[in-house]
Amino acid sequence: MGEILILLIIVGVTYVTGTIIEKRHYKDIIKREIALIKKPIINAGAKTWNSKKKIKKIELVTGEVVISGDYFKNFAATLKSFFGGRLTSFESVLDRGRREAILRMRENAKDANFIINARIESVMINDYYTNNSVPQCAIIAYGTAITYE
Amino acid sequence: MIMTNIENIPGMTIVAQYGLVTGSTVRAKNAIKDFGAGIKNIIGGELQSYTELLTEARKEAVERMKMQAKALGANAIVNVRLATSSITSGAAEVYAYGTAVKAEPRG
Repeated sequence: MGEILILLIIVGVTYVTGTIIEKRHYKDIIKREIALIKKPIINAGAKTWNSKKKIKKIELVTGEVVISGDYFKNFAATLKSFFGGRLTSFESVLDRGRREAILRMRENAKDANFIINARIESVMINDYYTNNSVPQCAIIAYGTAITYE
Repeated sequence: MIMTNIENIPGMTIVAQYGLVTGSTVRAKNAIKDFGAGIKNIIGGELQSYTELLTEARKEAVERMKMQAKALGANAIVNVRLATSSITSGAAEVYAYGTAVKAEPRG
């Protein structure tokens, strides 16, 4: 009985903390995305970029983030995967992580005109399926920043 | 050292290529930071100390790749790729690879 109570308390507390952190994070992400709207990322036809304009600087830019789920998300996913369907609690973690990594990459390309050939590389540090622990995901976004003269 | 992750360098001509150069590193933070990250893992959110670790690892891997390219006499690396893998929790591996080339300004 005591164990179940402790579990319920942890689930309840992490539901509150996780939701607050997620809401804040999304708010922050959207604000920064709007601020960076004029610095586009171009992936189409970017592999061999030939421009007539004079280029001042070419640079490899990166953005890294390690994002974690919380105990409640794990609990919810366990219940959900019993019935099947979308695991929304994990979807939002990965979505936030990737958007954050892209944003950091764009912010690192300070005065570049645009970023070409952006790539996103991610790896699960802690896996939910193999050891049933709260997932952690490390994400690196990288691309080539181009600054015109 | 100019680095791009596309196949050429805009505004420059590649005059020689020296083949694949690589750099990799596996790094870990200390036990105290691992403990802090463990707690943060339950609460949720970004694990800042591990992000820092990932940044350090990426810098070191790229630095090693650059050193290799420099030793070959290259002045640029094209088609750079970064790959990560998980060895154990609390450690980060970053692997950087690309083609070392010599490039000259066009015109």
